[in-house]
Amino acid sequence: MTGETQVLPLLEASGVTVLYGRQVGCSEVSLDLWPGEVLAVVGESGSGKTTLLRCLAGMLPPAQGRVDYRLRDGGVEEVYAMTEARRRALQRSDWGFVYQTPADGLRMTVSAGANVGERLMALGSRHYGEIRREALAWLERLEIDGARIDERPQAFSGGMRQRLQIARNLVTAPRLVFMDEPTGGLDVSVQARILDTLRGLVRDMGLSVVLVTHDLGVARLLADRMLVMKDGRVVEEGLTDQILEDPQHAYAQLLVSSILQA
Amino acid sequence: MTTPDPAYNFAYLDEQTKRMIRRAILKAVAIPGYQVPFASREMPMPYGWGTGGVQVTAALLGPEDVLKVIDQGADDTTNAVSIRAFFKRTAGVATTERTEEATIIQTRHRIPETPLTAKQILVYQVPIPEPLRFLEPRETETRTMHALQDYGLMHVKLYEDIATHGHIATTYAYPVKVAGRYVTDPSPTPKFDNPKMNRNAALQLFGAGREQRIYAIPPHTEVVSLDFEDHPFSVQTWDRPCELCGATDSFLDEVVMDDQGRRMFVCSDSDHCARRRSARPEAAA
Repeated sequence: MTGETQVLPLLEASGVTVLYGRQVGCSEVSLDLWPGEVLAVVGESGSGKTTLLRCLAGMLPPAQGRVDYRLRDGGVEEVYAMTEARRRALQRSDWGFVYQTPADGLRMTVSAGANVGERLMALGSRHYGEIRREALAWLERLEIDGARIDERPQAFSGGMRQRLQIARNLVTAPRLVFMDEPTGGLDVSVQARILDTLRGLVRDMGLSVVLVTHDLGVARLLADRMLVMKDGRVVEEGLTDQILEDPQHAYAQLLVSSILQA
Repeated sequence: MTTPDPAYNFAYLDEQTKRMIRRAILKAVAIPGYQVPFASREMPMPYGWGTGGVQVTAALLGPEDVLKVIDQGADDTTNAVSIRAFFKRTAGVATTERTEEATIIQTRHRIPETPLTAKQILVYQVPIPEPLRFLEPRETETRTMHALQDYGLMHVKLYEDIATHGHIATTYAYPVKVAGRYVTDPSPTPKFDNPKMNRNAALQLFGAGREQRIYAIPPHTEVVSLDFEDHPFSVQTWDRPCELCGATDSFLDEVVMDDQGRRMFVCSDSDHCARRRSARPEAAA
């Protein structure tokens, strides 16, 4: 290993178990997320995908196991051992979280510009003109007409709201974005354009993404690697193409056969 | 000084309650700008009329104190007159309309124009103590935000003002940061008074009865109004002087004179205005 620059995982989960009372949310999940990688977590409703995502994102402490995150300086910190202040700072600068329902991730009562600028202001930006310029640039990058910067998200269509939510998360140039069904509930053509934009952004910004979806088409378009979950457990893991072409586990076979027949 | 009504304990509240409020005040002074919960009592007046301020004043009053009460700067409006009468009756304390004679000044929405001294206490009546409330309705969340100094949201509001109106349109309850730590609501005082809060020699206490919170700005504490670098904080100005006393440096109220649309601008601080007029007898018509 001497002199060699070794690539280390950005996020590591080991033996993560989340319980809701006696109900199991997800059970003994371990995963590594590598820099620049898009990891899709697929499975049917109730399989523990979102629970796992929220746990990885520091929003739901596990009953057992740990989640480690590699900081920009190379040091590794356990997400649930940090102070809440530190975890929140991380969540609003280095991380992003895109909710399935844009209303959960947006402030619906303030303008699009303020939605995008909020993280900048939280990080101490105090120049109105600069915040606005930055917000405008991000709206345009997400294909939202800059003239609508002062409108509230209530006036936006579902697809625009989702794009706004993505812009709001990416404005601080995060390294890691968690996405929970980012294109769920959108019609197919809108979905396709958002996926296309996302793919470009992931590549340009070198983002690492944990993507939860029940739609294998979305996973195939965006993901490098896939985890298949069933009943709170990971039943199969591998490269996206490999799982889609040659699923091993019975449930993964069922999932692939039930969706990919066109 | 008159004798207090024997039917009541001194200053209305019982001694245990006053001790409880004093403990909250001491904690508030120790943590400038932090909202201390207290067991607010039912007072013989409706919420919104100053139940918080009255309880703080009751806990502070001694027999030697001289009380001044102002409502929108004036000594002679309903709220001021009734609270003054209340303490005259229940505590028998001396009252005054002159700012510099008072030891305790209870105020609804103004800081007197006459500079305060270290011997005075200013008690504010506060309707909604939480500056983040209109942006974040959950109390658990606003408390966490204060604890973690997570104040980005406050600037979202100011951003929104500029985006909508072209300037920061918040003119009252303008958020301040106290002693570099807590973002605090100065109660609905006009922002004209915000600079007076900074390093004021007097102790400033805030009581919110319905919301059950007390907070404080100790004497000589730094109070900074939040703003943007390219949209700095500024106070209201008027293009005319007070039409009664000619003051150009005081906060003016617009008074509608008749139903023909006639209006005049006069000092909101009635004591300040009256004194300026009596000092210039030639101007009095």
